[in-house]
Amino acid sequence: MAKATFLEAIRQAQYEEMSRDERVFIMGEDIICNVFGTTTGFVDAFGTERVRDTPISENGFIGAAGGAAMVGMRPIVDATISSFLYPAMDQIMSIIAKSRYIYGGQARLPLVIRSCLFYGNSNAAQHSDRNYSMFMNVPGLKIMVPSNAYDMKGMLKAAVRDDDPVLCFEDSTCWMSKADLPDDPDFLIPLGKGDIKREGNDVSIIAIGGAVPLALKAANDLARDGISAEVVDPRSLVPLDKELILRSVRKTGRAITVDPAHQTCSAGSEIAALIAERAFDALRGPVLRVATADTHLPFSPAIEKALYPSPERIVAAARQLVGIRQPENA
Amino acid sequence: MNGPDLQRSLQLFERMLLIRRMEERLGDLGKAGELPGNVHLYIGQEAVATGVCAHLDDSDWVASTHRGHGHFLAKGGDPRAMAAELMGKETGICHGKGGSMHVADVSKGILGANGIVGGGVGLAVGAALGAQLDGEGRVAVVFFGDGASSQGVISEALNIAALWKLPLLLVCENNGFSQFSPYETVNAGDIWRRAEPFGMPGALVDGNDVHAVWRVVGEAVARARSGEGATLIEARTYRWRTHVESEESFLAAPYRTQEEVESWKQRDPISRLEEFLVSEDLEKDVAAIRARVEGVTESAITDALNDPLPPVSRAFEDMFANG
Ligand SMILES: Cc1ncc(C[n+]2csc(CCOP(=O)(O)OP(=O)(O)O)c2C)c(N)n1
Ligand SMILES: [Mg+2]
Repeated sequence: MAKATFLEAIRQAQYEEMSRDERVFIMGEDIICNVFGTTTGFVDAFGTERVRDTPISENGFIGAAGGAAMVGMRPIVDATISSFLYPAMDQIMSIIAKSRYIYGGQARLPLVIRSCLFYGNSNAAQHSDRNYSMFMNVPGLKIMVPSNAYDMKGMLKAAVRDDDPVLCFEDSTCWMSKADLPDDPDFLIPLGKGDIKREGNDVSIIAIGGAVPLALKAANDLARDGISAEVVDPRSLVPLDKELILRSVRKTGRAITVDPAHQTCSAGSEIAALIAERAFDALRGPVLRVATADTHLPFSPAIEKALYPSPERIVAAARQLVGIRQPENA
Repeated sequence: MNGPDLQRSLQLFERMLLIRRMEERLGDLGKAGELPGNVHLYIGQEAVATGVCAHLDDSDWVASTHRGHGHFLAKGGDPRAMAAELMGKETGICHGKGGSMHVADVSKGILGANGIVGGGVGLAVGAALGAQLDGEGRVAVVFFGDGASSQGVISEALNIAALWKLPLLLVCENNGFSQFSPYETVNAGDIWRRAEPFGMPGALVDGNDVHAVWRVVGEAVARARSGEGATLIEARTYRWRTHVESEESFLAAPYRTQEEVESWKQRDPISRLEEFLVSEDLEKDVAAIRARVEGVTESAITDALNDPLPPVSRAFEDMFANG
């Protein structure tokens, strides 16, 4: 066990899985150059056959990963930034998500498509997407959005061993956060198992990816007002640990979802709908959503930052739910 | 086609120098932490944008890339509005909403820079289609990199443009790198040769020789304007600076040698033209241009630095045509 960053967790998970199973290989743009440090030492360890630089042809190489998976390989694709998944939408949505089903279960597509959520730093609208929820709307893709290094390592290893396509979204606001990482080569966190990041009794805050640290900060602030918040991290969105979420809401009677994505059709909205449908009787107020405004992300830092969820917005929502007004000049 | 006359050569020199000086100043500001986001500089490649855009009017179209400052300035974009955009200011050409990777001035035919590699290609094909339907002899140009040549949309555009005889120039700026990967590691064959199978003229040109670029593009633009269709041009050049200004902070190892960079600096497109102009006894004009460019650059940067930031309400504007 040693403290390591979220990015290092990705490196370790990939390294361990590539060492364990030689059908696992990795490809993407500038993998060899190792831009974000998730493939440090890989060429020396595994050679350029299993560590491949690709041309800027996302539809081509993500489609190829699907094909390689179908014939028995277990590719990891590093698509770098999640906005660059769009050129490959055709292969992801029509081919990779659906092949197993349309061929009556004959095909298996064990591949992992990794990409980061690169927002909050003046990268402007074409680079700042937090787009996991649009992939949730097509069945057949598993989706993970871990919020810390520990979860990242265990879930990515599980994703590589999973027999279905998994989209792994890596929130760049979590990149440098550290956790103790187990070195057991079989340390796995199964997809579909959420986690209570902080226990509480008054309100459930269900937060996704980079919103989890924000929710934890908000929970601290709320504790000072005597409000006890429970922070629920679904960790994976498909499959979704519905029971964990519903159990928490039944306990607290109040729910807020926090999602860095745009609000409309966000994962947070889906979870809000789930709660309204299945825990309505336990609710003492409306389910509130804290998400990013339905506008593109502007470049200028002067106007970008205010659009995202923040601890202040979460605190305000919680106070509204438990009936405490904001202090006058907050 | 003959080379440009001396008057035109002086204009080319002035435009290349403006691009160079603006970017040097912006690069310094970036290093000093004064620019938000990621900045991709064009330094070393100025002859391409300049030699191409010298043949275009405001009514012609260009579509650009993440490395778009040179295209913007070469096509007549305002230096101060560009600088302000890079600083995220209200006076920026996009009110600070696009930043370095999205400079655009549609009124000048600059359809805009794109952060998505290959993003401008479809737009330029469409602009060429619009120009053809208009029948007023306009042309469209799309700039793209050697890395972008791997996007499927390039092949699709070649076929569509050839099939419909569109007034389009596909200008590939091959600077030897797709981000940090050298050309040979991610490209098969030569890019300019991809025109031939579609029955389209393809040309290879020294992208550090503005006269050579000017000649090749002149012929292609003339063909396009007279209804003879599209041309693919590959200009070989080199970027002097980092791929992205922040790269030294995150790259573990260098991906090219200092000697290679130096050898390309020996082929500086601006010094080459300057030597030619001096040999034609135009030393005085060169000096006057240098002074003028210095003045324009200085006031563009200083004014932009003093400009106000946008109000938060800006973030919610421009989503739809009616609000
Ligand atoms: C679709 C897409 N994939 C990947 C990237 C990341 N990226 C930005 S620039 C770049 C390299 C582009 O190389 P090239 O087209 O040669 O242009 P240059 O940077 O050399 O001017 C890459 C891979 C991107 N912006 N968009
Ligand atoms: Mg290039």
